[in-house]
Amino acid sequence: MSAIEHPADAPPSGITRWLYATNHKDIGKMYLVFGIAMFLVGGLLAELIRAELLTPTMRVLSPEAYNQVITVHGLVMVFGALMPITAGLANYLIPMMIGAPDMALPRLNNWGFWLLPPAALLLVMPWGLKLIGIGNGTLDTGWTMYAPLSIQSGPGADFAFIAVLLLGLSSTMASINIIVTILNQRAPGMTMLKVPVFVWSWLITALLLVAVFPALMAGVIMLIGDRHFGTHFFSAAGGGDPVLWEHIFWFFGHPEVYVLLLPSAGILPHILATFARKPIYGYKAQVYSFCVIGVLSIVVWAHHMFTSGMPPAANIYFMLSTMAISVPVAVLFFCWFGTVWRGAMTFETPMLFALGYIVLFGIGGLTGLVLSDAAADQQYHNTYFLVAHFHYALFGGPVMGVIAGIYYYLPKVTGRMYSETLGRWHFWLTLIAFNVTFIPQFLAGIAGMPRRIPDYALQFWHFNLVSSVGAFVLGASQLLLVYNIVRAMRGDGEQASGRVWEGARGLEFTLPSPPPFHTFTTPPVIE
Amino acid sequence: MSAVTDEHGHYFVPEPSPYPVLLAGALFLVGLGAALLVNSFALGWAPLAAGGGLTVYVLFGWFGRVVGETRAGVYGLKEDRAFRWGMMWFITSEVVFFASLFGVLFYERNIAIPWLASFSGPHSPLSAYAPWPAFHVAWPSSGPAGKPFGIVSPWGIPALNTLILLSSGATVTWAHAGLRAGNRTRLKLGLALTILLGVTFLAFQAREFAHAYDELGLTLHSGVYGATFFILTGFHGLHVTVGTIMLSAILVRAFKGDFTPQDHFGFEAVSWYWHFVDVVWLLLFVFVYWL
Repeated sequence: MSAIEHPADAPPSGITRWLYATNHKDIGKMYLVFGIAMFLVGGLLAELIRAELLTPTMRVLSPEAYNQVITVHGLVMVFGALMPITAGLANYLIPMMIGAPDMALPRLNNWGFWLLPPAALLLVMPWGLKLIGIGNGTLDTGWTMYAPLSIQSGPGADFAFIAVLLLGLSSTMASINIIVTILNQRAPGMTMLKVPVFVWSWLITALLLVAVFPALMAGVIMLIGDRHFGTHFFSAAGGGDPVLWEHIFWFFGHPEVYVLLLPSAGILPHILATFARKPIYGYKAQVYSFCVIGVLSIVVWAHHMFTSGMPPAANIYFMLSTMAISVPVAVLFFCWFGTVWRGAMTFETPMLFALGYIVLFGIGGLTGLVLSDAAADQQYHNTYFLVAHFHYALFGGPVMGVIAGIYYYLPKVTGRMYSETLGRWHFWLTLIAFNVTFIPQFLAGIAGMPRRIPDYALQFWHFNLVSSVGAFVLGASQLLLVYNIVRAMRGDGEQASGRVWEGARGLEFTLPSPPPFHTFTTPPVIE
Repeated sequence: MSAVTDEHGHYFVPEPSPYPVLLAGALFLVGLGAALLVNSFALGWAPLAAGGGLTVYVLFGWFGRVVGETRAGVYGLKEDRAFRWGMMWFITSEVVFFASLFGVLFYERNIAIPWLASFSGPHSPLSAYAPWPAFHVAWPSSGPAGKPFGIVSPWGIPALNTLILLSSGATVTWAHAGLRAGNRTRLKLGLALTILLGVTFLAFQAREFAHAYDELGLTLHSGVYGATFFILTGFHGLHVTVGTIMLSAILVRAFKGDFTPQDHFGFEAVSWYWHFVDVVWLLLFVFVYWL
């Protein structure tokens, strides 16, 4: 019966290779390409924001368009760029790292990916509909979709909410698949405490997604109910409460931050160890830290709501539990330092980005400690201080981390080395431009500049001028990454060896570069 | 054939399949249609219907394929374990979904309503700010600006429905025991009884909703009580509907001779789902109807 024969060793040809894919490497590549494309879209929106804020007048965008641009920038970066890129790394790497022939549920895997483009399309479609006179553009509430604003918002909100439902379905299915793969597909002899750190980080990430995304899906269904079906979940007139939406959103939203962070924190030790030519320091400590971070992240959400009028007892609980997260995170930092300590270090591009991650994410974490103080937060919340903290935590951490991961695995995936010179230019431009962009935002925030406004008082001008110039350089320098990826995908550049890096360890580096279409159809032997 | 698997051999990796991408496209059409319809563009029916039809086609095709692969014996122990884990984590995500809805119920009842009422009354230091000075803590409540409504008594149809669903949990277990003992008559009879009980539950529930709307004035518009009542019972009803459809598919497969006493994961997955729906109802009965 031909229908159930074992798939051929060569990839199928034509467009159906991608549309009908069941191969984890192909699906991983699609996730990565989609995520990087969305990273550029989100980046373009960020440049629009910075262009508007370049001077204290309204030049580029109307206030309505500005609100829509910041909303879509947030949603695209979180759901369109970072999550797909980390999911792509997971799909590509996890089966090879644990010695499995593929993901546990390959067709489900493909469904998870192909739900993303429709969701992205639904999110931006209202802009197209506006051009033909329908509605007033897309969602304009900020990515947090706070009620009652999101209930009064135009038709674009419904498109965004339905996009969130599709994204939720996609993430839940992808997470189930990753959990099952890690629990079930490991090569014989690979016990849970021999599994690479990156795999562990994704196990916790996937568990978090299953534990919180359905809550957000329930939440947006209720928003649609309040908008169109006469319910009063979030309206005081019917006994409901808009603060309830904030609870639902952040019950999802805070673990979501760790969903973005953990995979990059998981890939970091691999890179540090490779270029320090030492084994990973504190493997178990890192694994246990991931577990503790995962549990804590579910019970700290309302530190995003200190200014929403919660009772003092709630504020104190959420303040203390939030501060407790710094303990396992500090353990991770300690292990990262321990890994590179007295190592024979070299500074190739992945290593540079990994070290940049430690510095920038460190700043993001420490400023987060400031914001987690319920009393101090009254001052900083809703200022640019928070915006700067958030970007140090999410660009400085996950984005730096996935860029490091992309440079680290690009030779493995394509079989070609990237241009080291351009890679280093990319790193230094990114590091400098990032700080030029966001350090002024800390200062503007402390000086009292509120976030989410398209115009501002004259006194904040110079902060914003510097920040915008930094953002333009930061955005432009990402094109170096794109060039490096395209170059390697076209087959230009030096041929990479199977091991790629001198100090690389792990099952994925026992395979040729690029690896054959199917790998480990017979499980490898694990000592 | 290389696809035949065992614990130490190859894992079955399916050949490229059109169904996942078609299902994603179908859900896009459904979402687009829904977004247009709720904004009063009648045009939305077209994508909604097309997407719905395509979804049904894909479900038949995809599950049909899996059934075919099962019959061809390409799944070994390891594949079986992957399916079990997969179903378990899917049900876990469903638990989170319903837990969120229950969380909303508890929050509205025990935090939002008392908070709103704390502004009212002559003794409140905040009474000057109270938007609705006459509002007091009450449950059920349609809020300070809602219309009065009657509530569904738990000891009528809801209690009967509890009995029906609990019995259906017993009949599906009875069918399972029959299957394991090799008694296929009991399997088919148990499944048919379970489906019958599920359909009866749904019919009663539909009647109850009509009663609430027409006679009690309890609707989606009835403030937080109406909203939480209908979202919890509505989504539960939706899950019973899906469960009944899945049980019917299993019954059809039983008649076609599928499932052996040792190997019948499809049956087990559906019965897990059915028990899950059962437990949700018990919580609903206690927290929505009774207390």
